[in-house]
Amino acid sequence: MKITRGVVITEPGSTALEETGSWRTFRPEIRYEKCIRCMICWNYCPEPAIEKKPGENYPVANPKLIKMEVPVINYKYCKGCGICVNECPTKAIDFVREEK
Amino acid sequence: MVMMMLKGNEATAYAAKVAKVQVIPAYPITPSTLFPEKVSELIANGEMKAEFIPVESEHSALSAAIGAAATGARTMTATASQGLALMHEVLFIASGMRLPIVMAIGNRALSAPVNIWAEQQDTIAQRDSGWLQFYAENNQEALDLTLIAFRVAEDERVLLPAMMGMDAFVLTHTMEPVDVPDDKLVEKFLGPPKPKYPILDPTKPATFGAFVFPEHYMEFRYSQFVAMEHSKKVIDEAFNEFKELFGREYKKVTGFMNEDAEILLVTMGSMTGTAREAVRKLREKGEKVGLIKLTVFRPFPKEELIEITKNAKIIAVVDRNISVGFAGAIFTELAASYNNIKEKPKIIDFILGLGGRDIRLEDYYEIYNKAKESLNKEVKEINWINVDEEAVYEVEGPL
Amino acid sequence: MNFENQEFFAPGHRACAGCAAPIIVKWVLKLAGPNTIVVNATGCLEVFSTPYPHTSWRLPWIHVAFENASAVASGIDAALKAQGKREGVNIIVFGGDGGTSDIGLQSLSGMAERGHDILYVMYDNEAYMNTGIQRSSSTPFGAWTTTSQVGPFNILGKNEFKKPIAEIMAAHKIPYVATVNPAFLSDMKMKIAKALEIKGPKFIHAISSCTTGWRHDPSKTIEIMRLATETGIFPLWEIENGDFSKMRLTYIPKQRKPVEEYFKPQGRFRHLFQDTEKIKEIQKMVDEWWAKFENKN
Repeated sequence: MKITRGVVITEPGSTALEETGSWRTFRPEIRYEKCIRCMICWNYCPEPAIEKKPGENYPVANPKLIKMEVPVINYKYCKGCGICVNECPTKAIDFVREEK
Repeated sequence: MVMMMLKGNEATAYAAKVAKVQVIPAYPITPSTLFPEKVSELIANGEMKAEFIPVESEHSALSAAIGAAATGARTMTATASQGLALMHEVLFIASGMRLPIVMAIGNRALSAPVNIWAEQQDTIAQRDSGWLQFYAENNQEALDLTLIAFRVAEDERVLLPAMMGMDAFVLTHTMEPVDVPDDKLVEKFLGPPKPKYPILDPTKPATFGAFVFPEHYMEFRYSQFVAMEHSKKVIDEAFNEFKELFGREYKKVTGFMNEDAEILLVTMGSMTGTAREAVRKLREKGEKVGLIKLTVFRPFPKEELIEITKNAKIIAVVDRNISVGFAGAIFTELAASYNNIKEKPKIIDFILGLGGRDIRLEDYYEIYNKAKESLNKEVKEINWINVDEEAVYEVEGPL
Repeated sequence: MNFENQEFFAPGHRACAGCAAPIIVKWVLKLAGPNTIVVNATGCLEVFSTPYPHTSWRLPWIHVAFENASAVASGIDAALKAQGKREGVNIIVFGGDGGTSDIGLQSLSGMAERGHDILYVMYDNEAYMNTGIQRSSSTPFGAWTTTSQVGPFNILGKNEFKKPIAEIMAAHKIPYVATVNPAFLSDMKMKIAKALEIKGPKFIHAISSCTTGWRHDPSKTIEIMRLATETGIFPLWEIENGDFSKMRLTYIPKQRKPVEEYFKPQGRFRHLFQDTEKIKEIQKMVDEWWAKFENKN
């Protein structure tokens, strides 16, 4: 093994190597045709396991929104807490049981 | 170099000044109170440029010291007795985090009963904490050993905190002539306060004080153990460099009239002065007695002690501390050091001077006589000197 | 500079699914930016974010012990000053209710009294959650915890009131004290940004719901915290320089929801429903607080 002196960890954000997505029993799935791209889900994700991505190639609830970024769930980290499902104002996120 | 009449506390404050210590968080406690007072005074009159934090407890003093040292500042504090005891958990943390904090301790008895006078139990009780421990015989040593403590603690091969003990009132409050070294020379000795370890720095984010599982903890603890072993060599180097620059010689273990001694006294701290006088007087009468003075207690100078005591018949250890339930610490560790050695002197423990009771010439004569007696007959392994044993047996029942 | 799209707190940490603490942390850090040093008291946040050899922190971070985060931060403040590097660096302390309101109160009070330029954020999950849901001074009246267990000889759970830690800190006359709720995100962001602009000690009391200890569905975290404020149980206010007469309520619900609505989804309050008198008592206490403070506004 390799240790550092004084228990110092010099690699910032290295928990990103641990894929907490394996904790999930339910998975949230965004239905982009209902998504108004308000980013409330991105605001509240505790991991965070939601990333902002360019939205041109995603289905859109209202064509006026096409240029806006979309929230994309990173399933490597999503623990399936369901906060996004609960807070989404248009109920655009399904909560589906994980099939293992 | 400037000769000044200084109390022990002032000597350590001047050490902080010439070492250009940058952060001093401190809380007052007898007998160390004069340290933060002197620091505040030196800063107020412009003689010292340091950030003084008048914290609200000793626990916070050492905690703030950790924050400051982790940010890369040269940091020092001072306390005693109850204050040091209050810091107990933080002592282990400071050592585990490998931060070169220096602390001056006015060696004082621990409650209960409440007592403000000289005893070494307070620092002895912290000997497991992973701190280096130096003990001063006089105020010059108090100043010098503080500087040496920084030199060793900050060395890349060590990076462990260090405490320097000086006896309450006998040293802390008594004026002695002290040579205060020139700060340019001190800078040559210590180097500028540039940390040789990772620090809290927004340009290089790092995490300090993570939570460690069984698969890693032991390696960290062994790491400290190895560093403390390395410090043995670094201490000798520091002593040599100090002698070159400042002309005063220090050794982990110093002998006095010990070459052909049959009986050796082992002392630590201010009691050594009286012991030296007792040895001189006994030698005048033809007694073959000598004195061994301990300056470093952690790391325990096992090798040096064995080398210097192995030819004596009796070693009389003077412990100004007691681990209730067993014995004094120096006795215990010396006896353990001799454990695997076949031919060894008899080692006897003498408990004296607790709660500031004076250690007098006549006490040393009593110790010597008991030690001499033991050549021909069995004596108690642990002897309490100048204590009214009858008064105690009346209450507790006899041993 | 706007850092809101940067993540200074990495995923992969071991917080319970649905924990509110990382939500609070990520927003504080987004508003503080990279020129920040974080001090953390022992507790859930410290443990789940730094399992050696990994760390979630993308900023310099230090943890020492449970009760001394404010003292450690004071040392960092002094060191940066001594090195001439203090300008522009945020020092932020995160502590739970245990490490702040109980064992940490002394060092927090000392730091505030000495006037260090430090932002203290208390994430209040209302018990010693990291060691398994034991009561703290911040546990609300009537809540079950493992050390305020409910039974025929103790029907209420916790019999004592929630220690008003934010008011205690305001009484120190520090420049800024505020209560925040992640469910009221723009209010929370406004207050944190404001605090970061002020020099001196600042204290933010953030409600932080705990799915494990409050016994609720993890998906309801934000919803339940929203109810805390909408029922008037966790009011959102600011006090500057200890002037209670100028306390500003930053959110006044038009019609406060009955406290029952906050208690219903939480298992830790289940026993209150066996004796509705207790719920009436709590409603009265909340109404009285509002009567007093609404007049001020």
